[in-house]
Order: sequence, then C-alpha cells, then structure tokens
Amino acid sequence: MPNILAFSETRLGEMRRAGLETVTAARQVADATGGQVHAVLIGAPGVAQFAARLAAHGADVVLVLEHDAFANYNPEAIVATLAQRLGSGYRAAFFAASAQGHDLVARVAARMKLAYASDVTEFKFAGDSVTVKHPGFTNKIVQTFQLKATPAIISLRAGAVLPVENPKAGTVEAIASAIDPTTARVKVTLTEKAAGGKLDLGEAPVIIAGGRGLKEAANFKLVEDLAAAFGNAAVGATRAVTDDGWRPHSDQIGQTGRLVSPDLYVACGISGAIQHLAGMRTSKTIVAINKDKEAPIFKVADYGIVGDVMEVLPVLTEAVKQAKAGG
Amino acid sequence: MKLAVCIKRVPDMEMRFKIAASGTSIDEAGLKFDMSDFDGYAAEIAIQITEKLGAGEVTVISLGPDVVQETLRKALSMGAHRAVHLKQDAPVSDGLAVATALAAELRDGGYDLVLLGRMAVDTQNRSTGAFVAELLGLPFISAISKLDVAEGVVKARRELEGAYELIECPLPAVLTIDEGIARARYPSLKGIMAAKKKPMESKPAQLGAITYQLEKLELPAERAAGRIIGEGKDAVPELVRLLKEEAKVL
Repeated sequence: MPNILAFSETRLGEMRRAGLETVTAARQVADATGGQVHAVLIGAPGVAQFAARLAAHGADVVLVLEHDAFANYNPEAIVATLAQRLGSGYRAAFFAASAQGHDLVARVAARMKLAYASDVTEFKFAGDSVTVKHPGFTNKIVQTFQLKATPAIISLRAGAVLPVENPKAGTVEAIASAIDPTTARVKVTLTEKAAGGKLDLGEAPVIIAGGRGLKEAANFKLVEDLAAAFGNAAVGATRAVTDDGWRPHSDQIGQTGRLVSPDLYVACGISGAIQHLAGMRTSKTIVAINKDKEAPIFKVADYGIVGDVMEVLPVLTEAVKQAKAGG
Repeated sequence: MKLAVCIKRVPDMEMRFKIAASGTSIDEAGLKFDMSDFDGYAAEIAIQITEKLGAGEVTVISLGPDVVQETLRKALSMGAHRAVHLKQDAPVSDGLAVATALAAELRDGGYDLVLLGRMAVDTQNRSTGAFVAELLGLPFISAISKLDVAEGVVKARRELEGAYELIECPLPAVLTIDEGIARARYPSLKGIMAAKKKPMESKPAQLGAITYQLEKLELPAERAAGRIIGEGKDAVPELVRLLKEEAKVL
C-alpha cells in the first residue's frame, strides 16, 4: 500500500497546530486505505524534538531534516526536498493552507506535474479517486474537485481537521536536503512574531472583532479587554477599520483578508457588510452587538444584542471574567 | 525594466450567485465583472515601479474568452503599456493548465518581474503565481505586503499567521501581491483615451494538461436565521447563559 506524506509546519523553533492537523489527516486516510504515515519535519537543529508529538498524532515514520539554513523558512530547499521525496511514490501528501503552505505547495505540485487541491475543507479517498471540497467566490460557493494524478497534493484549511492523538511508532529517519540549502536564491532574512505574541486569527478558538461602531481606534481597548477575559481569543477587525489604520491589515477578516471559522465569533460594532460576512460566516457560534437592529450582521448572529457596543462590552467583559473564574 | 502582470476577470463578489444548469459554473446572467482585487494591486505596483523609474514597460496578460479584453483595457487605462489576450473560450478550472499557458507566453518575454495577485477572488486557489514561477524556474515570493525593487534585488515582506517575514531574491522573479500594499487607481479620462491606442495582441492559449476536474458547484448550507436576545447591557446575563449552556463555548 502506498504511504501518505504529511508536512509538519514549524516556525521559529515551534510546532504549528497546522503541523499536527496534517498528520492527523494523513492518519485518517492511512487508517481507511492502508499504508503508513510519513511526517516530514524540517528546521534548524533541534527540530527533531517534535518527532514525539508527530508520533503521538499518528506518524509511523518521521523524516527529519535539520540544518542551520532552515532556521528561517527556506522555500527552494524545502520544495526541492519534498518534490524528490514525492517522486519515490506516495498516495497523497497533506500540507497546511497557511502563508507558508501557499508559498510552497503549488511549486512542489508544478514541479512534479501533480494535481493540487488548495485550501481544502473536506476530502474523500475512494479507490483511485480523491474528491475534495474547497470554498470559493468569497466562501459563497463550495467547489468539488476530483484529482486525477497520484499522489494527490492537498493543502488543508486551518481547522478542517483538528489534531487528534493516535499514537504510532514515529520512527525517526534523517533525510538530506535535495539542494544545498545555503545557496537558495530566495532567502528569508528575518522572521518575527507580531507584537504582543497574540494568538493567531486562524488558530484562536474565539475571535473578538471590532468595526466602525467603536467610533475610534482607542476604543479597540474594549475589544482587547474582552479577548483577554476569554484568554483564548484573538482580535480581528473589519476592512473599514484596517483601511483607516486603527488596526494592522493582518487583522482584517473578510473577503480580501483572513477567512476564519472559530468556535465563537463576537462581532462588536460591525454592521455585517457582505465582504465581512464572507470571512466569518462559517464560525460555529456568532454573537453580534450593534446599535442598529436592521444591521445585516443580525441575520447570521446566533445571539444578537441591540445596543451601544461601548456600553455593552465592559459589562460583557466582567461577566466573562466571572464565568471563567467559575462564577 | 520589463514587467508583466497576469490579471483575471472575475465576477463582482458582492453579487448573489446562482449555479448554472450545468452544475459546474455560475449563472453569469446579471453579474458584473472586473479585475480580481489582488490583480488590481499587482497592476498598480507594476505601474508605480515604471513611474518611479521613469522608464520600463508593463505588459498585462489575461486568459479567457474575448470579453477579458475589457479587463485588459482597464489595466491599460490605469497605465499599463501593452496587453496580451490568451484566447480560451471554454472555462478551465485547472490552475496548472492555465499557468502553463501563462508561462508559455512569459517564457521568452525577457521580463524582469512577473506580478500576480495573491489569489483570484473567485477560485481562491492561491496557486497560479507559484505554478508560473515553477514552470519558468524563477525565484518566487508570495503574498507580498511591502516591496522594494532596486539594483536587481527584490526585498519584500510577507504577513504570516501571527508573524511576518522579510524575504530577498534576485531578478528576474515572480511575485504575488497581498492587500495593504497599494490601492488600484481609478483610470482617468486621459488614461481611458490613451488606452484605446495601446497595443492589444490576441492569440490562442496553449493550455497544459488537466490534472483535476471540477465536479460540481454548490451553495453552502444556510445558517439558521439570526436571533436577537435582548437590548443593551441588560441582555448580557442571558448572553452569558446561552454561551455557557447552549453554545458551550464559555
């Protein structure tokens, strides 16, 4: 039985949740169709420490490449190494549909002339065929594709498969870089965490997002306070707010920003323009607080409160703090 | 400096979409079309580079039926210098097949920079730029949020999930452009007049092999209708109760 490859993304010496999601997905396929899960771990010396976590999530084999030249993301050496590896025969390969994934996976697929399905939310392996679903048209339409070539290359949308433990041997095998990683043409010269080391929008179980209803940049403090009260929340914003410079562009949720689906999305002073809804309507539970009871956000909100966000937020923050404290 | 920008004509995303009877395309009746947002930013950046240098040429390339010439003409009216239409009447869902046709046109063009949007807002694949770079064997930097091109070197910044990175590569290179770097300008009347006289070449697209097939399009399941639970801060206790007991997220 051909094996399943999973690329496990790390950054700055840390395992990314996406790196466990790909292994979990590969494990699901291997359990259904046979074959082993080969997880690939590439990074600076020391990255091999994560092999045990990949084993715990279902890796039969962990292929490890350690070199100083992988301290930052090194796209050309990673692409060359993965392409060479896939040439040895796999049924499928799973990657994260992350910033890094979108930079490298299509290159691997094009080099090997393989079918690549990007940003996949569901997949089905049956016999020789692989069927995947991928949202398009600002998430207003779900596209179903059939991949014709083997191995099928799939990048998974964050949260499409959540990490599940399923311990396997996780035998560590060292692999070599297919090209000299110090001579790559594309060089990442610096990787730095965003200020404050906050939770990422794609990974946070809770998102508190603010819009124009907050009236001015300083009032985002109320949104941040609520996020802090939850403890597991990231802060997002509408395009109107990032365009005005209240928040960085990387915080923008919507058609041209991040597409998120957290367990809980709290929209604060957001009217719910169609471009914004495109980025968050797949959230599991949506709360909206807005002055205008006709605002479109209330059409998608499981729980809506009609009211001034400046008045409601401090009270909600206190109530969440109490609830978290067991009150 | 020779720059190429690949642009895609896409429906206006604010419209309500219907699936066509075939089940594999959207019903185009009544839809408005324009340049994909990110491709507009890429065109803007390319034009700004030639304006800053006071030299250079921007070629815009688009693949599709004859109507994509309208989108190309818009890019010319923004300030691009020439356009190439790769004619392809039937829709193609396979990004690698499309990228193969783009690469065939770009390969011998002597371009220093090839720019594309980070993604097309309709298919949302984010793969065409990477495919093109790979097919041309050129350095590639995706999703650029800041860009500086000088003395044969590209310096760029990319936003990551909760982080960012700075990247460098030599020219020639393929780059994809993120939001936040530039707004696509509105064509001026002078630009629109000038665009009418700019060269527009049309030739058949040389598509690559098809690696995947679009089976169907569907509308996502509708969310249950929204519910307003109360007004003002007095509604907070009920909200907290629902988050705890019903949604189980607190």
